[in-house]
Amino acid sequence: MLHTVNKSPFDHNTFETCLKFARQGSAVLLIEDGVYAAAADTAVSKRVQEALKSVSIYALKPDVEARGMQNRVMDGVRLVDYGGFVDLVVEHNAVQSWL
Amino acid sequence: MAQEIPDRVSKKFLYVNRKAPYGTIYALESLEVVLIGAAFEQDVSLAFVDDGVYQLTKGQDTKGLEMKNFSPTFRALEDYDVTKLYVEKEALQARGLSEADLVVPVEVVSAQRMAEIMDGQDVILSF
Repeated sequence: MLHTVNKSPFDHNTFETCLKFARQGSAVLLIEDGVYAAAADTAVSKRVQEALKSVSIYALKPDVEARGMQNRVMDGVRLVDYGGFVDLVVEHNAVQSWL
Repeated sequence: MAQEIPDRVSKKFLYVNRKAPYGTIYALESLEVVLIGAAFEQDVSLAFVDDGVYQLTKGQDTKGLEMKNFSPTFRALEDYDVTKLYVEKEALQARGLSEADLVVPVEVVSAQRMAEIMDGQDVILSF
C-alpha cells in the first residue's frame, strides 16, 4: 500500500493517523504541506524516525523545495520527483490518500 | 483648493498568520490584504504563529510547482512602513527553526507577549 499525506503534522493529525494504519513494508509519500513532517529536529521528527523502522517514507521534491525545506530533510526520508511519484503508484497495489 | 480629510482615522491592524504557504491560499491572500491595508496608512502589524512561521522561511523555490514564490514580498513590506513582524517563539522551536532561518528581521516573542500584542489592536484579521 502507498499512503499519501498532504497536511502539515503540526496542523492536523493526518500524518499520525496514517502511521497508525500503515502496515510494515508499506510506503508513505509526503506531498504538499505534508512534507514538513520530513524535516529534522522538529517536534515530530522522533516519531518519523521511529516510523522509518517499519515503513519507507518519501517526500515530493518540488513541494520540499517550494517550502525551503531542501536542506532540512532528515536522513532516511527519500526525495522523489513527479516521475518517482508515478513509479510509487505503479509499484503498489493501492493508494490511500489521507486528506 | 485641496482640503485635509478631517478626522482621518488610523487604526491598529493586526494580521494573524497561522497557515503554511502554498498548501492553501490563506498565506498569499493575507499578504495581499496586508499590502492593501498598508496603502491606507493604517498602523499594521503581522503575527506569525503555528504553521504561519513557515511563510517566512529562507530558500523557498517554487519552480517545480509552477506557483509564485511570494516569500520575497515580505522583504518589500518595509517600503510600506510595515515593520512590526512578530513571530511566536514556541512555533519556531517546534519546527526546528530559528530567527536566522527567516527571510526578514522579526521580533521573536513568547505566547504571553503575543497575547498582549493581540490585546492592543483595534482590528484583527486572521488567516
